Amino acid sequence: MAEMLEVSGITKRFGGLVAVNNVSFSVREKEILSVIGPNGAGKSTLFKLISSFLRPTTGEVRLKGERISGLAPHIAARKGVVRTFQETTIFKNMSVRDNVIIAHHLRSKASLFGFFLGTGTAKEDEAAFGQSADEILALLGLSSLAHEIARNLPHGHLRALGIAIGLATNPSILLLDEPFAGMNHDETMRMVEMVRRLRERGLTILLVEHDMPAVMKISDRLVVLNFGQKIAEGTPAEIQANEKVIEAYLGSEDEAIGL
Amino acid sequence: MTVNRNTRIAAVVAFLAIVFIAVPVAISASGRFDLYYTLTSVALLSIASAGVWLTFYIGRINIGQGAYALTGGYVSAILVMNHGWSFWLTLPVAGLFCAAASVLIGLPILRLRGVYFAMVTLVLTEVARLLALALPITNGAKGIVSIPLPGALSVFGITLIPDFATLQNSRLAFYLLAVTLMVVCFAIMYRLVNSRIGKLCQSLQQNEELASSIGVNIAYLRVIAYAVSSFFGGVSGAIFAAISQSIYPSSFTVTDSVNFMLNCFLGGLGYVFGPMLGTLVLYFGWDLLFQTGQFQLLIYSGLMIVLMLVLPNGLLSLAEATRKKG
Repeated sequence: MAEMLEVSGITKRFGGLVAVNNVSFSVREKEILSVIGPNGAGKSTLFKLISSFLRPTTGEVRLKGERISGLAPHIAARKGVVRTFQETTIFKNMSVRDNVIIAHHLRSKASLFGFFLGTGTAKEDEAAFGQSADEILALLGLSSLAHEIARNLPHGHLRALGIAIGLATNPSILLLDEPFAGMNHDETMRMVEMVRRLRERGLTILLVEHDMPAVMKISDRLVVLNFGQKIAEGTPAEIQANEKVIEAYLGSEDEAIGL
Repeated sequence: MTVNRNTRIAAVVAFLAIVFIAVPVAISASGRFDLYYTLTSVALLSIASAGVWLTFYIGRINIGQGAYALTGGYVSAILVMNHGWSFWLTLPVAGLFCAAASVLIGLPILRLRGVYFAMVTLVLTEVARLLALALPITNGAKGIVSIPLPGALSVFGITLIPDFATLQNSRLAFYLLAVTLMVVCFAIMYRLVNSRIGKLCQSLQQNEELASSIGVNIAYLRVIAYAVSSFFGGVSGAIFAAISQSIYPSSFTVTDSVNFMLNCFLGGLGYVFGPMLGTLVLYFGWDLLFQTGQFQLLIYSGLMIVLMLVLPNGLLSLAEATRKKG
């Protein structure tokens, strides 16, 4: 399988603190790769580095060979690296459908002025976005909530909406920031199913996550961070047997890594 | 959908009939020609307020519209007085000048949010006033006076607008000019807000990080919205200078900037026509309270506070509430 995303020697310093230290790994096409690690391991920083919300101190991120680190977030998104958010970050006061429609921004062929004038291209765009939004909502089981105002959605659906927004941008690789956080068992299982379905549609997925059982179930491979450094990389079985990983999660190893 | 559309068309036709026909007829019947000046002011102030409303729409509290109105007034006045330009040409130029200035100013300051942006824009009005006092071209505190009335506007020898100085009733002419511009400006705003651009602006207002994560160039969009906003400010300032035939550093002050913002609040930040209604109510409300003498400001501010507590979404939210009940 070809490599979709390549992280090479990436380091991020905040003053004296090294949040991410010389981390390298790559994500293959149509793979689900998870980055895990204890609290403060640098997962979130790494996530922001990959999605270009932060600029690395050294090192770089490449998408299909093209360097994307150091670009503005909206340019990285245009290139195909799109993130979801940890918090339930959505456009609160828009309807669910409008949330997804607006997220089709990158697919628009008409210019802003074209939309203002309502040109033919703009109208085609609008129609196409609406149709695609309905498809995405159906895929994520949100169809019945399409006209609900987003802020009224229950937790699990909000997370799904976050993913719907990400999908609408038509990314090459979708970065999911703790998609299972704060979910109960049933919700987690539904989300696991959903993420698998996305991969079946040909999407490459990188996720950062706390919830070990879910991660073990869903991932093809894992990267483990501790104190900003990569301490292990491999399949779920390899990771579960890795001494360093067990040490990092010392004290709660059995439950935490899903044994 | 079609019913909705028909009522909308009917509302627009009714509105146009009122401002272009009913109001002039009523005024000439009652002989209250002074109302022309009042209504012209309302129309112009509502254009500037519409600009402020647009910056609210991208999630920025703008208390700096006075700066652009003042700048627009001076640009028009200087071009007419010192360079002999036609007023009609200076009108778009004043708007464009303000838009260009706002791009330069907006690039750095639009990165700020919330109260920080509000404070910087507040200072902007004061900076504009001080600049007008200090610069040689603006003639200091004496300002620019006896600006001629707008001349005739002809295209290919056809006179579209007659010379205002030759008119018997230049007040009516100014009224029609201001109202026409107001209609055009609000039509533009309506179209902006109801096209995809409006949704994009809303996405900025609600979550800039998420907007940039879906590929929206937030910096660009913010500057565009701010430039349109300042364009409106500049145009309204330019006409003000032409009506009063003068412009001083104190023509637009911090109070005006605050009022532009209040107009938006009062009308409703969620409604395109909010600033228009807000300006009308606020302007006339202030005048009506004149009879209360020294208590004018007290009653006025008290009413404003009560209104904002009772109707946080503005006067137009009342209309929506009744529509939902009905």
